[in-house]
Amino acid sequence: MSSIKHSMKKVGVLLSSTLLLAAVILAGCAPASAPVATPQAGELSGTINEAGSTSVQPLAELMATAFTAKYPKVTVNISGGGSSAGVKAIAAGTVDIGAASRDIKITEPDVIPVCIARDGVAIVVNEANSLTGVTIEQVAKIYAGEITNWKDVGGNDATITVVSREEGSGTREVFEEYVTGAFKKKIKADALFFDSNGAIRSKVASDKNAVGYVSFGYVAGLKTLMVNNVAPTIENAQSGKYPIVRRLYFLTKSVPSGIVKEFIDFCRGPEGQKIALNEGYIPLVLK
Amino acid sequence: MSKISDSVLQPGCELRRVYDGFWRYAIYLFGAISFIILLLIALFIFREGYPAFQKIGIWQFISGLRWDVSDQAYGILPMIIGSTYVTIGALLISVPLGIFTAVFLTDVAPQMMRSIIRPAIELLVGIPSVVYGLVGMLMLVPIIRQSGHGSGDSVLAASIVLAVMVLPTIVSITEDSIIAVPNAYREGALSLGATRWQMIWHVVLPAAKSGIIASIVLGMGRAIGETMAMIMVIGNSIIIPDSIFSPARTLTGTLALELKYAAGLHWNALFATGVVLFVFILILNSFGFLMLRGKNK
Repeated sequence: MSSIKHSMKKVGVLLSSTLLLAAVILAGCAPASAPVATPQAGELSGTINEAGSTSVQPLAELMATAFTAKYPKVTVNISGGGSSAGVKAIAAGTVDIGAASRDIKITEPDVIPVCIARDGVAIVVNEANSLTGVTIEQVAKIYAGEITNWKDVGGNDATITVVSREEGSGTREVFEEYVTGAFKKKIKADALFFDSNGAIRSKVASDKNAVGYVSFGYVAGLKTLMVNNVAPTIENAQSGKYPIVRRLYFLTKSVPSGIVKEFIDFCRGPEGQKIALNEGYIPLVLK
Repeated sequence: MSKISDSVLQPGCELRRVYDGFWRYAIYLFGAISFIILLLIALFIFREGYPAFQKIGIWQFISGLRWDVSDQAYGILPMIIGSTYVTIGALLISVPLGIFTAVFLTDVAPQMMRSIIRPAIELLVGIPSVVYGLVGMLMLVPIIRQSGHGSGDSVLAASIVLAVMVLPTIVSITEDSIIAVPNAYREGALSLGATRWQMIWHVVLPAAKSGIIASIVLGMGRAIGETMAMIMVIGNSIIIPDSIFSPARTLTGTLALELKYAAGLHWNALFATGVVLFVFILILNSFGFLMLRGKNK
C-alpha cells in the first residue's frame, strides 16, 4: 500500500511542478508593475526598470551598476529595444524610465526627457588615408553617391567605399539629421551597411578606401576627420563647435520622484558624468 | 529510485492503467510540443507581417525595387535576388565539391584517409556561423578587395563562405545515398568491363540520384536561412547585384539588421519579409523530404 502512495506522490509532484512552470510562464506575460518608490531617510530601496535606446543602454548599465553599488538595496533593470520602444514603454507605464538617443517626435506621446549625456558622431577613415578634413557638404555628397573618388575631396585617386549604419540606428539618425539631411540628400542604397559601431570600426580599419561614422567612443584604431575644420573632440563637442552631436535622454512619465529621481540625479551628477566621460560620451554642460 | 510494487503492475490493476495512460499522454504532449512551437511561430510571423501585405500589397512588396524606410517604401526584390544569387553561387561551389567528396569517401579513399576526412567534414557543422563570418570578413574579403574588384564585400565572398557551411549537409546525405546503392550494381558494372570512373559516373551516381537531389535541396534551405555570416561578408547594400564582386543584401540579413529598431509599418514589413522566407523554406524543405522519401521507396 505504501508503495502505491509513493507512486501517487510522484505523479502529484510532477503535476504540481507542471503547474508551477505554467504559473511562471503566465507571470512572465504580465506587464511589469510600477514599483512604489518610497525611500526612507538615509537608505534607498526598490526596483527601477529601464528600457529603450540601445545607444543609451551600455552607458545606463554602467551607471546602474555604480548606483546599485552605492545603494545595495536598489535593483536597476536595464534593457534595450530602441528609442521608439523606450518612448512607447514609458508612455504606457510599463517601465519607470524610458531611454531615447534622439529627440521626442511631435507624433509621439508627451513624456519628460532628461538629458543624461551627449554623444558625438565622428567621420572616420582608414589610418592610411592621407586626408585630414572634409566639409559636411562633402560628406553628404560622398554618402549620396555624388562624390565617389577620394581625389575629388583632396585625397588619393581611389574609389571611396562608403560604410553606413543600418536603417533605424540612432547613430544613423543623427548623421542623417546633421549631414545628409542638411543638404536634402539620402544615403545611397549601394553603400555597405553594418549593424553596430564595432562592425563599422573593423570594416574601416581593414579597408584603406573606406569612410564611416561612429560614436566618439569607437574611434580607436581609426583616423578621425576634421569636419568644417573642427576636430571631433569632447571639448569641441561640448562647446558646440563640432556639429554632429546628439543628446541621450532618460524619459519619465511625470516629474520624477523617489528612487527614480535619485537615480536620474546620480546619472547627471559628478559620479554618473565621470562614467560617461570614461566611456567616450560627452559629459553634460551643467551650470 | 522508488520501486513500484508488483501488485501495481499486475494485469487488471486499476492503477496500472492510470499509470500507463498518464505516461502515454505525457509523451504525446512532448511529441506535440515541437509541432505546437512551429505553429505558434508561424502564427506570430503571419500576424505581425499581415498589416504590411495589407498596406503595401503583396505584389508591390515582393516586386518593389526600393527599400527606403524614411520614404515608407518597402520592396524586397533586391533582397530576394540577393538571397537567390548567393544561394546559387554557394551551390555552384558546394555541389560538385560535396558530391565528389562523398564519392571519394565511399568508393575511392583508403580507410585511413576516410577516418580523417569524414570527422573533419562533420566538424564543420559544429562551427558557429559567426566564426565563418569572421574568417570571411578578415581573410576572404581582403583577398577579393586586393584583386581590385571593389570593396571585397560581395556576392562572391558570401557564396564561398556559404559553400563551406552547406558542404557537410551535401556530403553526408549524398554519402548515405551512395552507400545505399547495392554492391551488386558496382560488381555488375565492373564485370562488364567498366572502369572505376565509368562505374561511379554511369552506375553509382545515377542510382543515388534522388538522395543527391535531396541533399542539394536541403543544403539550399540552409543557405537561404543563413544570416550572421552573410551580414559580415556581403556588404548589405540594397541593390540588385550586377556582378559577383558587387555587394548585395539577403532576406535574412534585412531582418537581422533592422528588426531591433523597427516600429510601425517598418516592423510589419520586416515580418512580412519573414513570411516570404518562411514560405520559401517550407517549399524547399517539403521538396527535399519528398525526394528523400522517393529514394527510400
